[in-house]
Amino acid sequence: MAERKTVRLIILRQDGPKATPYEETFEVPYRPNMNVISALMEIRRNPVNVKGEKTSPPQWEMNCLEEVCGACSMVINGKPRQACSALIDKLEQPIRLEPMRTFPVIRDLAVDRSRMFDTLKRIKAWIPIDGTYDLGSGPRMPENKRQWAYELSKCMTCGVCLEACPNVNSKTSFMGPFAFGQVELKNAHPTGEMNKSERLQAFMGEGGLQGCGNSQNCVQACPKGIPLTTSIAAINRQAVVESLKSFFGHR
Amino acid sequence: MASRDYVNRRLHSFLGLFPIGLFLIVHLTVNYYATQGPNAFNTAANVMEHLPFVRFLEIVLIYLPLLFHAIYGIYIAFQAKYNVNHYGYFRNWMFLLQRFTGLYLVIFLAWHIWETHIAYLLHLKELDFNMMADILDNPGMLIFYIVGVIAAVFHFSNGLWAFLVHWGIIVTPRAQRVTTYFTVVVFILLAYVGVRAVFAFV
Repeated sequence: MAERKTVRLIILRQDGPKATPYEETFEVPYRPNMNVISALMEIRRNPVNVKGEKTSPPQWEMNCLEEVCGACSMVINGKPRQACSALIDKLEQPIRLEPMRTFPVIRDLAVDRSRMFDTLKRIKAWIPIDGTYDLGSGPRMPENKRQWAYELSKCMTCGVCLEACPNVNSKTSFMGPFAFGQVELKNAHPTGEMNKSERLQAFMGEGGLQGCGNSQNCVQACPKGIPLTTSIAAINRQAVVESLKSFFGHR
Repeated sequence: MASRDYVNRRLHSFLGLFPIGLFLIVHLTVNYYATQGPNAFNTAANVMEHLPFVRFLEIVLIYLPLLFHAIYGIYIAFQAKYNVNHYGYFRNWMFLLQRFTGLYLVIFLAWHIWETHIAYLLHLKELDFNMMADILDNPGMLIFYIVGVIAAVFHFSNGLWAFLVHWGIIVTPRAQRVTTYFTVVVFILLAYVGVRAVFAFV
Protein backbone atom coordinates (compact mmCIF):
# COMPACT_ATOMS: atom_id res chain seq x y z
CA MET A 1 0.00 0.00 0.00
CA ALA A 2 1.36 3.41 -0.98
CA GLU A 3 2.24 5.68 1.91
CA ARG A 4 -0.27 8.46 2.42
CA LYS A 5 1.06 11.88 1.45
CA THR A 6 1.23 14.36 4.32
CA VAL A 7 1.94 18.03 4.90
CA ARG A 8 4.41 18.95 7.63
CA LEU A 9 4.01 22.28 9.39
CA ILE A 10 6.19 23.87 12.05
CA ILE A 11 4.23 26.51 13.92
CA LEU A 12 5.77 29.10 16.22
CA ARG A 13 3.26 29.07 19.03
CA GLN A 14 2.73 31.43 21.91
CA ASP A 15 0.16 30.76 24.61
CA GLY A 16 -0.52 34.41 25.38
CA PRO A 17 0.69 37.97 24.80
CA LYS A 18 3.51 37.65 27.35
CA ALA A 19 4.23 33.92 27.02
CA THR A 20 7.51 32.56 25.62
CA PRO A 21 7.17 31.35 22.00
CA TYR A 22 7.90 27.70 21.22
CA GLU A 23 7.83 25.56 18.09
CA GLU A 24 5.37 22.75 17.56
CA THR A 25 5.37 20.43 14.54
CA PHE A 26 2.24 18.97 13.00
CA GLU A 27 1.55 16.59 10.16
CA VAL A 28 -1.76 16.60 8.33
CA PRO A 29 -3.02 14.43 5.45
CA TYR A 30 -2.44 16.00 2.04
CA ARG A 31 -5.37 16.89 -0.19
CA PRO A 32 -5.10 18.50 -3.64
CA ASN A 33 -5.36 22.32 -3.76
CA MET A 34 -4.78 22.82 -0.04
CA ASN A 35 -3.81 26.21 1.29
CA VAL A 36 -2.27 27.11 4.65
CA ILE A 37 -5.72 27.87 6.08
CA SER A 38 -7.11 24.44 5.18
CA ALA A 39 -4.00 22.82 6.68
CA LEU A 40 -4.54 24.84 9.88
CA MET A 41 -8.20 23.80 9.91
CA GLU A 42 -7.08 20.19 9.61
CA ILE A 43 -4.86 20.66 12.69
CA ARG A 44 -7.73 22.32 14.53
CA ARG A 45 -9.95 19.34 13.77
CA ASN A 46 -7.44 17.02 15.43
CA PRO A 47 -4.90 18.99 17.49
CA VAL A 48 -2.24 16.32 17.91
CA ASN A 49 1.43 17.13 17.20
CA VAL A 50 3.94 14.83 15.48
CA LYS A 51 4.95 13.34 18.81
CA GLY A 52 1.37 12.13 19.16
CA GLU A 53 0.65 14.51 22.05
CA LYS A 54 -2.74 16.14 22.27
CA THR A 55 -2.32 19.91 22.27
CA SER A 56 -4.39 23.07 22.07
CA PRO A 57 -5.60 24.01 18.59
CA PRO A 58 -3.45 26.80 17.11
CA GLN A 59 -5.09 30.21 16.92
CA TRP A 60 -5.14 32.39 13.83
CA GLU A 61 -7.37 35.02 12.27
CA MET A 62 -9.19 34.74 8.97
CA ASN A 63 -12.13 36.28 7.25
CA CYS A 64 -12.54 36.68 3.49
CA LEU A 65 -10.38 33.74 2.34
CA GLU A 66 -9.71 35.54 -0.96
CA GLU A 67 -6.82 37.89 -0.11
CA VAL A 68 -8.81 41.07 0.24
CA CYS A 69 -9.28 41.44 4.00
CA GLY A 70 -5.72 40.98 5.30
CA ALA A 71 -6.77 39.17 8.49
CA CYS A 72 -4.86 35.93 7.92
CA SER A 73 -1.46 37.59 7.37
CA MET A 74 1.39 35.60 8.90
CA VAL A 75 5.02 34.80 8.20
CA ILE A 76 5.08 31.73 5.96
CA ASN A 77 8.52 30.24 5.26
CA GLY A 78 10.13 33.53 6.27
CA LYS A 79 7.91 35.81 4.19
CA PRO A 80 4.87 37.70 5.48
CA ARG A 81 1.79 37.00 3.34
CA GLN A 82 -1.82 35.88 3.56
CA ALA A 83 -2.36 32.27 4.60
CA CYS A 84 -5.43 31.98 2.37
CA SER A 85 -3.51 32.57 -0.84
CA ALA A 86 -0.49 30.50 0.25
CA LEU A 87 -0.99 27.24 -1.63
CA ILE A 88 0.57 24.13 -0.09
CA ASP A 89 1.67 22.84 -3.51
CA LYS A 90 3.77 25.94 -4.02
CA LEU A 91 5.48 25.90 -0.61
CA GLU A 92 8.64 24.14 0.40
CA GLN A 93 8.13 21.66 3.26
CA PRO A 94 8.27 21.67 6.21
CA ILE A 95 6.18 24.83 6.12
CA ARG A 96 7.18 27.26 8.84
CA LEU A 97 4.39 29.46 10.20
CA GLU A 98 5.16 32.37 12.49
CA PRO A 99 3.13 35.35 13.64
CA MET A 100 4.10 38.81 12.30
CA ARG A 101 6.08 39.71 15.39
CA THR A 102 6.33 43.37 14.42
CA PHE A 103 2.88 43.49 16.01
CA PRO A 104 1.94 42.40 19.52
CA VAL A 105 1.14 38.69 19.43
CA ILE A 106 -2.22 37.85 20.96
CA ARG A 107 -1.89 34.10 20.70
CA ASP A 108 -0.06 31.77 18.26
CA LEU A 109 -0.51 33.29 14.79
CA ALA A 110 -3.02 35.97 15.77
CA VAL A 111 -1.56 39.46 16.11
CA ASP A 112 -2.98 42.84 17.11
CA ARG A 113 -2.82 45.22 14.14
CA SER A 114 -4.61 48.09 15.84
CA ARG A 115 -1.53 50.34 15.51
CA MET A 116 -2.34 50.55 11.80
CA PHE A 117 -5.86 51.75 12.49
CA ASP A 118 -4.49 54.28 14.98
CA THR A 119 -2.17 55.48 12.21
CA LEU A 120 -5.08 55.93 9.80
CA LYS A 121 -6.78 58.09 12.41
CA ARG A 122 -3.64 60.11 13.11
CA ILE A 123 -2.95 60.88 9.45
CA LYS A 124 -6.63 61.73 8.86
CA ALA A 125 -6.99 59.06 6.20
CA TRP A 126 -10.60 59.92 5.48
CA ILE A 127 -12.47 62.52 3.47
CA PRO A 128 -14.69 64.83 5.53
CA ILE A 129 -17.99 65.41 3.74
CA ASP A 130 -20.30 66.16 6.64
CA GLY A 131 -21.70 69.63 7.08
CA THR A 132 -24.58 71.27 8.93
CA TYR A 133 -26.37 71.46 5.58
CA ASP A 134 -26.22 69.59 2.27
CA LEU A 135 -22.83 70.44 0.75
CA GLY A 136 -23.86 69.19 -2.68
CA SER A 137 -21.75 67.04 -4.96
CA GLY A 138 -17.99 67.46 -4.88
CA PRO A 139 -15.64 68.12 -7.81
CA ARG A 140 -15.21 65.31 -10.31
CA MET A 141 -12.11 63.16 -10.44
CA PRO A 142 -10.37 62.85 -13.81
CA GLU A 143 -10.46 59.29 -15.14
CA ASN A 144 -6.68 58.91 -15.54
CA LYS A 145 -6.19 59.94 -11.92
CA ARG A 146 -8.93 57.58 -10.78
CA GLN A 147 -7.08 54.71 -12.43
CA TRP A 148 -3.84 55.08 -10.42
CA ALA A 149 -5.69 56.11 -7.26
CA TYR A 150 -7.67 52.87 -7.50
CA GLU A 151 -4.41 50.91 -7.13
CA LEU A 152 -3.76 52.68 -3.81
CA SER A 153 -7.27 51.90 -2.61
CA LYS A 154 -6.46 48.17 -2.72
CA CYS A 155 -4.66 48.45 0.64
CA MET A 156 -6.27 46.07 3.14
CA THR A 157 -4.13 47.12 6.18
CA CYS A 158 -2.81 43.56 6.31
CA GLY A 159 0.46 44.63 7.92
CA VAL A 160 2.79 42.78 5.55
CA CYS A 161 4.66 45.98 4.60
CA LEU A 162 5.26 46.82 8.27
CA GLU A 163 6.60 43.32 8.89
CA ALA A 164 9.01 43.62 5.94
CA CYS A 165 10.19 47.16 6.78
CA PRO A 166 13.49 47.37 8.70
CA ASN A 167 12.45 50.73 10.15
CA VAL A 168 9.23 49.49 11.76
CA ASN A 169 10.35 48.00 15.06
CA SER A 170 10.29 48.52 18.80
CA LYS A 171 13.06 51.15 18.62
CA THR A 172 11.15 53.52 16.33
CA SER A 173 7.69 55.05 16.25
CA PHE A 174 7.53 54.91 12.42
CA MET A 175 3.94 54.35 11.33
CA GLY A 176 4.92 52.12 8.41
CA PRO A 177 4.87 52.14 4.60
CA PHE A 178 1.12 51.63 4.08
CA ALA A 179 0.42 55.12 5.43
CA PHE A 180 2.08 56.75 2.40
CA GLY A 181 -0.36 55.12 0.01
CA GLN A 182 -3.32 56.16 2.13
CA VAL A 183 -2.21 59.79 2.44
CA GLU A 184 -1.58 59.93 -1.30
CA LEU A 185 -4.97 58.34 -2.03
CA LYS A 186 -6.90 60.79 0.12
CA ASN A 187 -4.85 63.75 -1.11
CA ALA A 188 -5.54 62.72 -4.70
CA HIS A 189 -9.30 62.75 -4.19
CA PRO A 190 -10.77 66.07 -5.38
CA THR A 191 -12.70 66.55 -2.12
CA GLY A 192 -10.00 64.99 0.05
CA GLU A 193 -7.52 67.43 -1.46
CA MET A 194 -9.21 70.22 0.49
CA ASN A 195 -7.65 68.75 3.65
CA LYS A 196 -4.33 67.89 2.05
CA SER A 197 -2.36 70.27 4.22
CA GLU A 198 -3.74 68.88 7.51
CA ARG A 199 -3.01 65.34 6.41
CA LEU A 200 0.58 66.15 5.45
CA GLN A 201 1.17 68.10 8.66
CA ALA A 202 -0.05 65.14 10.68
CA PHE A 203 2.14 62.79 8.66
CA MET A 204 5.19 64.99 9.29
CA GLY A 205 4.66 64.51 13.01
CA GLU A 206 6.13 61.98 15.40
CA GLY A 207 6.65 58.60 13.69
CA GLY A 208 5.66 60.08 10.35
CA LEU A 209 6.99 59.98 6.81
CA GLN A 210 10.57 60.83 7.83
CA GLY A 211 10.88 57.33 9.32
CA CYS A 212 11.23 55.83 5.84
CA GLY A 213 14.79 54.77 5.00
CA ASN A 214 14.05 53.55 1.47
CA SER A 215 14.93 49.91 1.86
CA GLN A 216 11.96 49.45 -0.50
CA ASN A 217 11.05 46.05 0.98
CA CYS A 218 7.44 47.23 1.25
CA VAL A 219 6.83 47.42 -2.48
CA GLN A 220 8.30 43.92 -2.93
CA ALA A 221 6.26 42.48 -0.06
CA CYS A 222 2.86 44.10 -0.74
CA PRO A 223 0.44 41.31 -1.74
CA LYS A 224 -1.76 43.79 -3.61
CA GLY A 225 1.09 45.18 -5.69
CA ILE A 226 0.52 48.72 -4.44
CA PRO A 227 3.30 51.01 -5.76
CA LEU A 228 4.25 52.07 -2.22
CA THR A 229 7.69 53.42 -3.09
CA THR A 230 6.13 55.69 -5.71
CA SER A 231 3.71 56.94 -3.05
CA ILE A 232 6.61 57.45 -0.64
CA ALA A 233 8.50 59.65 -3.09
CA ALA A 234 5.31 61.48 -4.10
CA ILE A 235 4.40 62.17 -0.48
CA ASN A 236 7.97 63.26 0.21
CA ARG A 237 7.52 65.83 -2.56
CA GLN A 238 4.16 66.98 -1.19
CA ALA A 239 5.70 67.28 2.29
CA VAL A 240 8.60 69.39 1.05
CA VAL A 241 6.18 71.75 -0.72
CA GLU A 242 3.90 71.80 2.31
CA SER A 243 6.71 72.56 4.76
CA LEU A 244 8.04 75.37 2.57
CA LYS A 245 4.54 76.79 2.14
CA SER A 246 3.79 76.62 5.84
CA PHE A 247 7.10 78.37 6.61
CA PHE A 248 6.95 81.08 3.96
CA GLY A 249 3.17 81.44 3.95
CA HIS A 250 0.31 79.60 2.32
CA ARG A 251 -1.30 82.69 0.80
CA MET B 1 3.87 72.02 12.27
CA ALA B 2 6.49 69.67 10.95
CA SER B 3 7.97 67.81 13.90
CA ARG B 4 11.55 68.18 15.07
CA ASP B 5 12.00 64.60 13.89
CA TYR B 6 11.04 65.58 10.33
CA VAL B 7 13.28 68.65 10.32
CA ASN B 8 16.25 66.70 11.71
CA ARG B 9 15.84 63.91 9.19
CA ARG B 10 15.63 66.29 6.25
CA LEU B 11 18.51 68.39 7.58
CA HIS B 12 20.56 65.21 7.86
CA SER B 13 19.77 64.38 4.24
CA PHE B 14 20.49 67.93 3.05
CA LEU B 15 23.81 68.31 4.88
CA GLY B 16 25.00 64.98 3.51
CA LEU B 17 24.97 66.51 0.05
CA PHE B 18 25.52 70.22 0.77
CA PRO B 19 28.21 70.78 1.97
CA ILE B 20 29.61 67.37 2.97
CA GLY B 21 29.19 65.64 -0.40
CA LEU B 22 30.54 68.63 -2.27
CA PHE B 23 33.49 68.81 0.09
CA LEU B 24 34.21 65.12 -0.53
CA ILE B 25 34.49 65.83 -4.26
CA VAL B 26 36.79 68.82 -3.67
CA HIS B 27 38.89 66.74 -1.27
CA LEU B 28 39.26 63.81 -3.67
CA THR B 29 40.12 66.21 -6.50
CA VAL B 30 42.85 67.86 -4.45
CA ASN B 31 44.16 64.40 -3.48
CA TYR B 32 44.36 63.50 -7.14
CA TYR B 33 47.15 66.06 -7.57
CA ALA B 34 49.30 63.47 -5.81
CA THR B 35 49.32 61.45 -9.04
CA GLN B 36 51.31 64.35 -10.60
CA GLY B 37 53.98 64.15 -7.92
CA PRO B 38 54.66 65.58 -4.45
CA ASN B 39 55.08 69.16 -5.65
CA ALA B 40 51.74 69.28 -7.44
CA PHE B 41 50.00 67.91 -4.34
CA ASN B 42 51.80 70.27 -1.97
CA THR B 43 50.86 73.29 -4.10
CA ALA B 44 47.20 72.24 -4.20
CA ALA B 45 47.10 71.49 -0.46
CA ASN B 46 48.75 74.83 0.17
CA VAL B 47 46.05 76.68 -1.77
CA MET B 48 43.33 74.94 0.28
CA GLU B 49 45.12 75.66 3.54
CA HIS B 50 45.47 79.35 2.72
CA LEU B 51 41.95 80.09 1.56
CA PRO B 52 40.64 83.29 3.12
CA PHE B 53 38.66 82.66 6.32
CA VAL B 54 39.80 79.03 6.16
CA ARG B 55 39.15 78.25 9.85
CA PHE B 56 35.67 79.77 9.66
CA LEU B 57 34.91 77.84 6.47
CA GLU B 58 36.18 74.62 8.03
CA ILE B 59 33.96 74.96 11.05
CA VAL B 60 30.81 76.12 9.28
CA LEU B 61 31.08 74.09 6.08
CA ILE B 62 32.81 70.95 7.31
CA TYR B 63 33.03 70.27 11.02
CA LEU B 64 29.56 71.33 12.23
CA PRO B 65 27.62 69.69 9.36
CA LEU B 66 29.80 66.58 9.60
CA LEU B 67 29.30 66.33 13.35
CA PHE B 68 25.51 66.61 13.04
CA HIS B 69 25.41 64.18 10.11
CA ALA B 70 27.59 61.66 12.00
CA ILE B 71 25.80 61.79 15.34
CA TYR B 72 22.30 61.75 13.87
CA GLY B 73 23.45 59.06 11.43
CA ILE B 74 24.58 56.79 14.27
CA TYR B 75 21.13 57.25 15.81
CA ILE B 76 19.47 56.29 12.50
CA ALA B 77 21.77 53.29 11.93
CA PHE B 78 20.99 51.82 15.35
CA GLN B 79 17.24 52.27 14.91
CA ALA B 80 16.97 49.81 12.03
CA LYS B 81 16.27 46.10 12.37
CA TYR B 82 18.36 44.75 9.48
CA ASN B 83 16.68 41.94 7.59
CA VAL B 84 18.61 41.25 4.37
CA ASN B 85 18.65 37.56 5.30
CA HIS B 86 14.89 37.39 4.67
CA TYR B 87 14.58 40.21 2.14
CA GLY B 88 17.70 40.07 0.00
CA TYR B 89 16.54 42.77 -2.42
CA PHE B 90 18.99 45.23 -3.98
CA ARG B 91 17.59 48.30 -2.23
CA ASN B 92 17.52 46.54 1.13
CA TRP B 93 21.23 45.76 0.72
CA MET B 94 21.87 49.40 -0.18
CA PHE B 95 19.92 50.40 2.95
CA LEU B 96 22.20 48.19 5.08
CA LEU B 97 25.41 49.24 3.34
CA GLN B 98 24.50 52.92 3.63
CA ARG B 99 24.29 52.54 7.40
CA PHE B 100 27.31 50.25 7.80
CA THR B 101 29.56 52.45 5.63
CA GLY B 102 28.33 55.41 7.67
CA LEU B 103 29.38 53.76 10.92
CA TYR B 104 32.75 52.83 9.42
CA LEU B 105 33.20 56.42 8.27
CA VAL B 106 32.58 57.80 11.75
CA ILE B 107 35.57 55.78 12.98
CA PHE B 108 37.63 56.37 9.85
CA LEU B 109 37.06 60.12 9.75
CA ALA B 110 37.67 60.59 13.47
CA TRP B 111 41.01 58.87 13.03
CA HIS B 112 41.78 60.57 9.71
CA ILE B 113 41.00 64.07 10.96
CA TRP B 114 42.96 63.45 14.15
CA GLU B 115 46.08 62.18 12.44
CA THR B 116 46.14 64.81 9.68
CA HIS B 117 44.30 68.01 10.44
CA ILE B 118 44.44 68.09 14.24
CA ALA B 119 48.08 66.95 14.20
CA TYR B 120 48.78 69.83 11.80
CA LEU B 121 46.88 72.40 13.87
CA LEU B 122 48.79 71.31 16.99
CA HIS B 123 52.03 71.77 14.99
CA LEU B 124 52.88 68.12 15.48
CA LYS B 125 53.30 67.53 11.78
CA GLU B 126 53.57 69.37 8.47
CA LEU B 127 50.52 69.01 6.20
CA ASP B 128 52.13 67.81 2.99
CA PHE B 129 52.74 64.86 0.68
CA ASN B 130 55.19 63.25 3.10
CA MET B 131 52.65 63.22 5.91
CA MET B 132 50.35 60.97 3.87
CA ALA B 133 53.24 58.94 2.48
CA ASP B 134 54.34 58.21 6.07
CA ILE B 135 50.84 57.17 7.14
CA LEU B 136 50.26 54.95 4.12
CA ASP B 137 53.66 53.32 4.52
CA ASN B 138 51.96 51.04 7.04
CA PRO B 139 50.05 48.29 5.11
CA GLY B 140 47.32 48.21 7.77
CA MET B 141 46.73 51.94 7.40
CA LEU B 142 46.78 51.58 3.61
CA ILE B 143 43.88 49.09 3.81
CA PHE B 144 42.12 51.28 6.41
CA TYR B 145 42.36 54.24 4.02
CA ILE B 146 41.36 52.37 0.86
CA VAL B 147 38.27 50.96 2.58
CA GLY B 148 37.62 54.45 3.99
CA VAL B 149 37.74 56.09 0.56
CA ILE B 150 35.52 53.43 -1.02
CA ALA B 151 33.07 53.62 1.91
CA ALA B 152 32.92 57.42 1.63
CA VAL B 153 32.35 57.30 -2.12
CA PHE B 154 29.68 54.63 -1.74
CA HIS B 155 27.95 56.52 1.07
CA PHE B 156 27.96 59.65 -1.08
CA SER B 157 26.70 57.97 -4.27
CA ASN B 158 23.93 56.01 -2.59
CA GLY B 159 23.16 58.99 -0.38
CA LEU B 160 22.71 61.10 -3.50
CA TRP B 161 20.02 58.65 -4.65
CA ALA B 162 18.37 58.70 -1.23
CA PHE B 163 18.48 62.50 -1.18
CA LEU B 164 16.63 62.64 -4.50
CA VAL B 165 13.92 60.34 -3.13
CA HIS B 166 13.66 62.00 0.27
CA TRP B 167 13.16 65.38 -1.31
CA GLY B 168 10.62 63.99 -3.75
CA ILE B 169 12.67 64.78 -6.86
CA ILE B 170 12.63 61.26 -8.35
CA VAL B 171 9.17 59.76 -7.94
CA THR B 172 8.46 57.22 -10.68
CA PRO B 173 10.03 53.75 -10.55
CA ARG B 174 11.69 54.55 -13.88
CA ALA B 175 13.28 57.76 -12.55
CA GLN B 176 14.47 55.88 -9.48
CA ARG B 177 15.95 53.08 -11.59
CA VAL B 178 17.72 55.40 -14.02
CA THR B 179 19.09 57.38 -11.07
CA THR B 180 20.40 54.14 -9.57
CA TYR B 181 22.42 53.54 -12.77
CA PHE B 182 23.62 57.13 -12.66
CA THR B 183 24.79 56.80 -9.05
CA VAL B 184 26.60 53.55 -9.91
CA VAL B 185 28.56 55.51 -12.52
CA VAL B 186 29.25 58.27 -9.96
CA PHE B 187 30.48 55.60 -7.53
CA ILE B 188 32.83 53.99 -10.06
CA LEU B 189 34.31 57.29 -11.25
CA LEU B 190 34.83 58.73 -7.76
CA ALA B 191 36.19 55.42 -6.43
CA TYR B 192 38.75 55.46 -9.25
CA VAL B 193 39.76 59.05 -8.44
CA GLY B 194 39.94 58.34 -4.71
CA VAL B 195 41.77 55.02 -4.75
CA ARG B 196 44.23 56.08 -7.43
CA ALA B 197 45.14 59.11 -5.29
CA VAL B 198 45.74 56.84 -2.27
CA PHE B 199 48.13 54.70 -4.30
CA ALA B 200 49.97 57.80 -5.50
CA PHE B 201 51.31 58.24 -1.96
CA VAL B 202 52.62 54.67 -1.71
